[in-house]
Amino acid sequence: MSKVSKQELIRGYPQYMRKSIERVEATRAKRLESGPPSPMTAEERDDILNRYHPDYKPEKKRKLALGISAGEIVPNEMADMLEAHPLFDPADVDLAHIDYDVSLLVIGGGGAGTAAAIFAHQEGIAAEDILVVTKLRHGDSNSIMAQGGIQAADRPEDSPAIHYLDVIGGGHYANKPELVRALVLDAPKIIRWHEDIGVMYDKQDRKYLEAHGGGTSRMRMHSAKDYTGKAIFSAVRDEFRNLGIPVLEFFPAIELLLDEKGNAAGAIIYNMETNEYKIIRAKATVLSTGGFGRVHIQNFPTTNHYGATADGLVIAYRAGANIIDMDSVQYHPTGVAYPTAILGQLATEKLRNQGAVPVTKDGEAFVFPLEPRDVEAAAIIRECWEMNNGLETPSGVRGVWLDTPMIEEIQGKGTIKQRLSAMWMMWHRHGIDITEDPVLVYPTLHYQNGGVEIDEHGATSVPGLFAAGECDGGVHGKNRLMGNSQLDIYVFGRRVGMSAARWAKKSRPKKLSLQHVVDYEKQLKKAGIETDRVSPILLPDYRAETVISSSLGRFI
Amino acid sequence: MSEQENATIRIHVMGKTYRVPAGLTIMDAMEYSGYRFIRGAGCRSGFCGACSTIYRREEDYRLQFALACQEMAEDGMYLVQLPFTPAPRSQYDLEKVDPTENVLLQYYPEIARCVACNTCTKACPQDIEVMDYVQAALRGDITRTATLSFDCIQCGLCTMRCPADIKHYHMAQMARRIYGRYLSPVPEHLEERLREIEEGVCDSELDKLVAMNEEELVIAYAARIREEE
Repeated sequence: MSKVSKQELIRGYPQYMRKSIERVEATRAKRLESGPPSPMTAEERDDILNRYHPDYKPEKKRKLALGISAGEIVPNEMADMLEAHPLFDPADVDLAHIDYDVSLLVIGGGGAGTAAAIFAHQEGIAAEDILVVTKLRHGDSNSIMAQGGIQAADRPEDSPAIHYLDVIGGGHYANKPELVRALVLDAPKIIRWHEDIGVMYDKQDRKYLEAHGGGTSRMRMHSAKDYTGKAIFSAVRDEFRNLGIPVLEFFPAIELLLDEKGNAAGAIIYNMETNEYKIIRAKATVLSTGGFGRVHIQNFPTTNHYGATADGLVIAYRAGANIIDMDSVQYHPTGVAYPTAILGQLATEKLRNQGAVPVTKDGEAFVFPLEPRDVEAAAIIRECWEMNNGLETPSGVRGVWLDTPMIEEIQGKGTIKQRLSAMWMMWHRHGIDITEDPVLVYPTLHYQNGGVEIDEHGATSVPGLFAAGECDGGVHGKNRLMGNSQLDIYVFGRRVGMSAARWAKKSRPKKLSLQHVVDYEKQLKKAGIETDRVSPILLPDYRAETVISSSLGRFI
Repeated sequence: MSEQENATIRIHVMGKTYRVPAGLTIMDAMEYSGYRFIRGAGCRSGFCGACSTIYRREEDYRLQFALACQEMAEDGMYLVQLPFTPAPRSQYDLEKVDPTENVLLQYYPEIARCVACNTCTKACPQDIEVMDYVQAALRGDITRTATLSFDCIQCGLCTMRCPADIKHYHMAQMARRIYGRYLSPVPEHLEERLREIEEGVCDSELDKLVAMNEEELVIAYAARIREEE
């Protein structure tokens, strides 16, 4: 059977999609000559966002009914997780038995958490006095999946101030200024740190190969082919391993612990395979748990890793940490629309900064290829559903073409395999050669723009609790630019590592409490929320409906 | 097309047979069957190496290797998932290693046992020339080891298959870091910018922006001129 369906495909595409590709090919030379459409004005941007961006649909969100940020508007899926019961009854837990007693607990083993541990160690916390816990393996995170690059204003034509303006304009002026200042001013230092630990950035003639990203006014995107996140993180993790800092894998935190004064004091972690819990007491706690991609806001497919279920945000909220900009979700403009087997996976923005342009089913360019992500995504949605210029796949998904063969026309033959080898490989596995044929794309759920509010030291509103990376809030406002999440991870990972270490050094061991969880339950009742929902959800469930409906017992 | 959409295939998951829709990856097909992964699933996009999988086709004696999130399930596949198995790695201090030709052999002496069987290369789901980079490492060619191994996602299939106990992916990681740290130059303009930041040259311009209200920022943002490629 599978053989039959294979024969229907011609170099990866069915016949009717081939016909559309022919129309794309027919307009390519003309498009290359005329260049892409011009960027939109501020008014045009506002208009297209209001009309087509999924974030601008008020019915998909609601006000939080309880907690410190009650009244804040968040996506319904997020509200469902915050208006839910804890996974266990606090009365069932013995807080007198402490399994791990450390100075610093880091929850989340992606880029931010790993950097935090390294810099806390540099700040004087002994390796064995730090503990990193992570839900999956150390490094199973969005940090390693970043493809396109990391921003840093290091060229003479550029400056941290220009970077600042790009970030805050792209974020619709909602970003916290002191956080953006820290982000752009630390950026060159982070690149230097990466150099010191041996990250292999793309260079030519003693210069970085730097490119634009959506919404940048200077070329400052540093890359390591299209494996930027992996190249950086694998060096960071290797450095971490050389330092001998302990890690507990497959141990998600399911609740934070506070002391009697309301300071962060550690966490309860949970072994998903044996159902055991462990108690960690810590003088300072770092939250680096990533975002909510796997919650599939508005049913979008996602680019995110398997564990991106916003656990950290849920438990921090119960502990009293306020959130910011959580109404804002990033849909990456170009997720894979075809083949269906890899639906929603990332087609990096680097494809566009190297010359690929989105075009309709008839080969017409309709948008400047490097608008900020929310604007670019809205333009693609409009083209597919309002203008009817998208192409429908055999499984009913609509998308537009991203004309990847333009890259080699502009940058020269061989560019794709050299600079975009991950992208080449992803489609090659499905019989598509992106040097010859365009690829079909549609927006995909990519990033949690907001999160737990932090100050420039990474401190949250809970004393002793610090946050960095995608789970932090305030850095990106209502829309993050390409290359600024890799930067956020390491800028604020470094900062929280140092702040948390300083906090830990002046703190004493604490008496542990789960009273905040008891209180949260009371608030749920008071808010009149009757539900059997529990959170954090830890992992998504992709079993077939028929299996779920006939299964006995519950998997956590 | 509708025929293709409705088609189903059989997969054998550790001996049990399930019928699943055609057109799914191995990972999706197993989940459709009712498996819920704790181990063996990570980024689900081919970047993390968590989902190494071994399979055999009916009527074929050979074992095949792949990433479950990237490889398509096919009718009659016998599937086994391989939870990631960490291999021993050498501790080192990057600031203290001697970045010359013997360094990789010094920290990973077992590379000298390579029998050039090419099993590692055949197992690699990233199509990396693994044996070639091991041979380059043996010759002391750090640059070639680093560049050939660049796309490595550290799934560990090479190491699990190697009859000579070589820890390919750890050794290659060390090579890439030595290359990045010692053999690839740091661009001068980065150093210049760092000096400016250190001396506070960038502060006043930034402070001005930080102090602006939204109205002023909107004007400043609109006045930006985008640098031509």
